[in-house]
Amino acid sequence: MSDQKKPKRRDFLFTASYAIGAVGVGAAVWPLVDQMNPDKSVKALASTEVDVSSLEPGKSITVLWRGKPVFIKRRTQEEISEARAVKMDDLKHPEKDEDRAKNPEWLVMVGVCTHLGCVPLGDKGDYNGWFCPCHGSHYDTSGRIRKGPAPTNLEVPEYKFINSNTIKIG
Amino acid sequence: MSDNNYVPSSKLGKWFNDRLPLLSLSAHLREYPTPKNLNYWWTFGGILTFCLVAQIITGIVLAMHYVAHTDLAFASVEHIMRDVNYGWLLRYFHANGASMFFLAVYIHIFRALYYGSYKSPREVIWIIGMIIYFLMMMTAFMGYVLPWGQMSFWAATVITNLFSAVPFVGESITNWLWGGFAVDNPTLTRFYALHYLLPFLIFGLVILHIWALHVPGNNNPIGIELKKPSKDTVPFHPYIVIKDLFALLLFLIVFAFFVFYAPNILGHADNYIEANPMVTPNHIVPEWYLLPFYAILRSVPDKLFGVIAMFASIFVLVILPWLDTSKVKSAIFRPIYKQFYWILVIDVLILGYMGAMPAEGTYLLIARVATTYYFIHFLIILPILGKKEKTLPIPLSITDPVLGGSPNPNTVKKKEIYN
Repeated sequence: MSDQKKPKRRDFLFTASYAIGAVGVGAAVWPLVDQMNPDKSVKALASTEVDVSSLEPGKSITVLWRGKPVFIKRRTQEEISEARAVKMDDLKHPEKDEDRAKNPEWLVMVGVCTHLGCVPLGDKGDYNGWFCPCHGSHYDTSGRIRKGPAPTNLEVPEYKFINSNTIKIG
Repeated sequence: MSDNNYVPSSKLGKWFNDRLPLLSLSAHLREYPTPKNLNYWWTFGGILTFCLVAQIITGIVLAMHYVAHTDLAFASVEHIMRDVNYGWLLRYFHANGASMFFLAVYIHIFRALYYGSYKSPREVIWIIGMIIYFLMMMTAFMGYVLPWGQMSFWAATVITNLFSAVPFVGESITNWLWGGFAVDNPTLTRFYALHYLLPFLIFGLVILHIWALHVPGNNNPIGIELKKPSKDTVPFHPYIVIKDLFALLLFLIVFAFFVFYAPNILGHADNYIEANPMVTPNHIVPEWYLLPFYAILRSVPDKLFGVIAMFASIFVLVILPWLDTSKVKSAIFRPIYKQFYWILVIDVLILGYMGAMPAEGTYLLIARVATTYYFIHFLIILPILGKKEKTLPIPLSITDPVLGGSPNPNTVKKKEIYN
């Protein structure tokens, strides 16, 4: 320990070595951390095509996309009007039904409760939409959170109609 | 301590001990002066060591038959149950062993709470113990995922989703934990690797836990610091060894009852259905030993704050030595603390029960009251009580009340029973 405050050549060498050492350790650790992120084979499965021609109004199907269930619901006229009649002030996470379902008849969303990831049950709950049995979140006919611990609406994934019968998710 | 001048009797022993003092260590462990008034609540340390070793041994042999792959895991567990010689025994022992481990650890923790074992100079023992407890919960959770049944899958989903509550980076964290966009094969394989690793970390921490214990020595039912060795202590071997072994025997009777007569009573039938990412079981609950924390999580209506409350409920235990301001350790001499202690025990049991019930209506209300009380106990009652409470006179030594006549812990104890 020197009494002088003025940095010496040796102090500079220590600091420089620690800094280079820290960068080296960081560079060595990063691959060990990053290997846990989604790998190329997982990312390669990032889109799914679904044939929805056999779906009747009022029915829904669940397909697997990126390991998660996706609900595809062909809504009835009542369900659409119910969803569109809701006032924005009543919503915990305000989103217009028009924005969630571009084609009002078709509602496509990730079937994973935004609370802790359970799969909500269809045609259940206080708002005739979905109900999550794990911790009691209620979603409406647009998949918007209305009651319960979930913070946000059911997520609408990126999707498009390739033709009138086929939806491509992802 | 007398082991410092331990000299092996044989020449070879002396030669070896001079180079690696293992024989001195063994002599220390045998002669380690232990308070002579330790009751049976003190036998759970030994029982827990047994549980850890038993879990590691059964776990290693189960690993020889288990396959960590989403397509094969469930079938390989059934293969262990049906085909592997004694596979049913090993798996039931390992699965129920986890429950027995937690049963013992809860008794061990509540003993420390009653007798004030976490107080100075034993704070480090306590904190290491809490780290062990936290690692035990992680290990148990990851182990529960391995059979890849419905409960496994959804437990993994719900618990990993806790991290999605983290603002901004929540989704990146969960994707990183999963190695994908949902719980899937990469999640299973990494959980398997960690489930194999963590028990050895726990083992290392147990050694530190015991090491830290051997510095000040054991606390005891009357909670006074003793002169060691003295008339108040007995050597660990054979006195405590025999007592611990007897207690272990009794514990194994309970253990064997579960393994042989009710091996599935603590599990959930849904876990005998293979994992299905498309369907969540109607009622998902964690294993019984995590229920109080689950109740705390669910009793907070906000996602992020629910997660914070759950982790905070463990963290308040870590800082407990500084929250409890009373200098008196044992509840025997703290008449008011003793009552709050039992209220806390009941509170935790209520939380456990509420964790198993659906989170709605009256159940939710009770869970909220119990959660609030849990934090009040640690954050408000203990700091204030330590300053206000009028404690009973404390004996100077263990033998003092018997030989000297003044405050006798046994008569105090008897009074407790009649009050």
